[in-house]
Amino acid sequence: MNFTAFYTIVRKEVTRFLRIWSQTLLPPVITQSLYFIIFGTFIGSQISDIQGVSYMAFIIPGLVMMGVINSAFMNVVSSFYSTKFMKNYEEFMVSPASNQAIIFGYVIGGMLRGLLVGLLIFAVSIFFEQPEIANFGIILLFIILTSFVFALGGLINGIFAKNWDDISIFPTFVLTPLIYLGGVFYSIKDLPEVWQTVSKFNPILYMVDGFRYGFYGISDVPVLYSFGLLAGLTILLFGINIYLMRKGIGLKN
Amino acid sequence: MTKKAIEIIGLKKTYKGGTQALKKVDLIIEEGDFFALLGANGAGKTTIIGILTGIVLKTEGHVKIFDIDIEKDHNEAKKLVGVVPQEFNFNIFEKVQDIVIQQAGYFGISRKEAKKKLEPILKILDLWEKRDTQAMKLSGGMKRRLMIARALIHGPKLLILDEPTAGVDVELRHSMWNYLRKINQEGTTILLTTHYIEEAEALCKNVAIIKSGKIIKCAPVRELTQSLDSQSYTIEISGLNGNLELKEFEYSLIDSETLEVVVKKHQSINELIKALDTLNITVNDLTPKENKLERLFLNLVTESKN
Repeated sequence: MNFTAFYTIVRKEVTRFLRIWSQTLLPPVITQSLYFIIFGTFIGSQISDIQGVSYMAFIIPGLVMMGVINSAFMNVVSSFYSTKFMKNYEEFMVSPASNQAIIFGYVIGGMLRGLLVGLLIFAVSIFFEQPEIANFGIILLFIILTSFVFALGGLINGIFAKNWDDISIFPTFVLTPLIYLGGVFYSIKDLPEVWQTVSKFNPILYMVDGFRYGFYGISDVPVLYSFGLLAGLTILLFGINIYLMRKGIGLKN
Repeated sequence: MTKKAIEIIGLKKTYKGGTQALKKVDLIIEEGDFFALLGANGAGKTTIIGILTGIVLKTEGHVKIFDIDIEKDHNEAKKLVGVVPQEFNFNIFEKVQDIVIQQAGYFGISRKEAKKKLEPILKILDLWEKRDTQAMKLSGGMKRRLMIARALIHGPKLLILDEPTAGVDVELRHSMWNYLRKINQEGTTILLTTHYIEEAEALCKNVAIIKSGKIIKCAPVRELTQSLDSQSYTIEISGLNGNLELKEFEYSLIDSETLEVVVKKHQSINELIKALDTLNITVNDLTPKENKLERLFLNLVTESKN
């Protein structure tokens, strides 16, 4: 892999999302703060503890993860599609930058935005609830792998996108429902059995659940399953990206 | 023996939907050449460039850049090539220097090193003062020069320019020509596609004419222009009284002060001027009606149509 090319893309991506911070960093922090106020404080005060954790504390990991997923995905899809729209993807297509350098460059750029947004949301959550950390390693592992997976997903979406509508279809109609139904606001153990089973087909449940386990040591599904799923998705999506780049799908004529 | 900068053998390209853009193209461009690829819109010029630079996938054939087969190691070949595309393709929100330094980064050149290379290139292209300006705020000519700076930052041995002076004013076009001549003299091989035939005639040593995906002629510019059997001139005259009779020349009188004359290969302009002088007609100005290459291009394109 060409590390200078990789570093160039990461730097370009980070500069981009920091330059337009009011569009990339601020909105998720404001939205999640409203969730903390409405669901955590106003409504949460009337909801009993879940598995020994207050409702406000319960939703914090899910809301952090929601911000991370959306930001990592959207950063890559919108940035990569813009390069296609302005045709400046040709800058790296005509260069000897390897496919790996391009993929890692965009994905790490997206990951960094996701992680920064997650950190900001977590910082805001401290105003509402004292943080508890059961296993910092698991927290780190889940947030890094999740942001990586969704950044890879964003790149696939960006590669296939042919117009601006195409970059919002997946986030709006697939990602958002999966996040909301992925155990951010509730434990699936409180659902009827049939919905528990249905929920287990939602990959985001495992990411949120594993991440929450790192904070409070509670989980709805075994953490090892969650880790296995994330690792599998990472390999699968990376493989798809490499295949698409090699074939030049969506990029070369 | 001169090395081949580009070697294209049996190159074919069929786009999705069936459009056959290239029909078995063979082309060799030698190192150090200043080569023009002439053709009308849709002739296949940009497809050839796309294949050379990795934007377009070939359907069939072999392409080598400085003896490196692009199928085997396109990345190694790309290191030797700089490309100036037809359309602006940089991020308009980024600053001039960021665009050029990033391009260096894609070629594996560190930021520190790229910054050192940046100044002389931007200065010679008259963009140094604009280095902190967003690309969207540049004039059309500056944008063209920015793309040239971006293509040159990694010091390519082969520079490919796709219609580099389209929409550029005359003064700027000439300053760009001078710069291109200079880097060619310094050893950079240049492949140029253009609509402006005078551009090819002024700059290039060799030329290929492409029509409907086929090379219909490939030869030195001088040889091609010498092969023309006639040249038309527009002549500004004064002193014409009554009818004009120039027996040995084909001509037409546009008005009492303008004459168009065809000078055949065996005739000379001196003979023409002498003939006019005998009739007491003064020649005030004499200009070729069209440049030689343009005539040749039109002849070849028409011939191949027939």
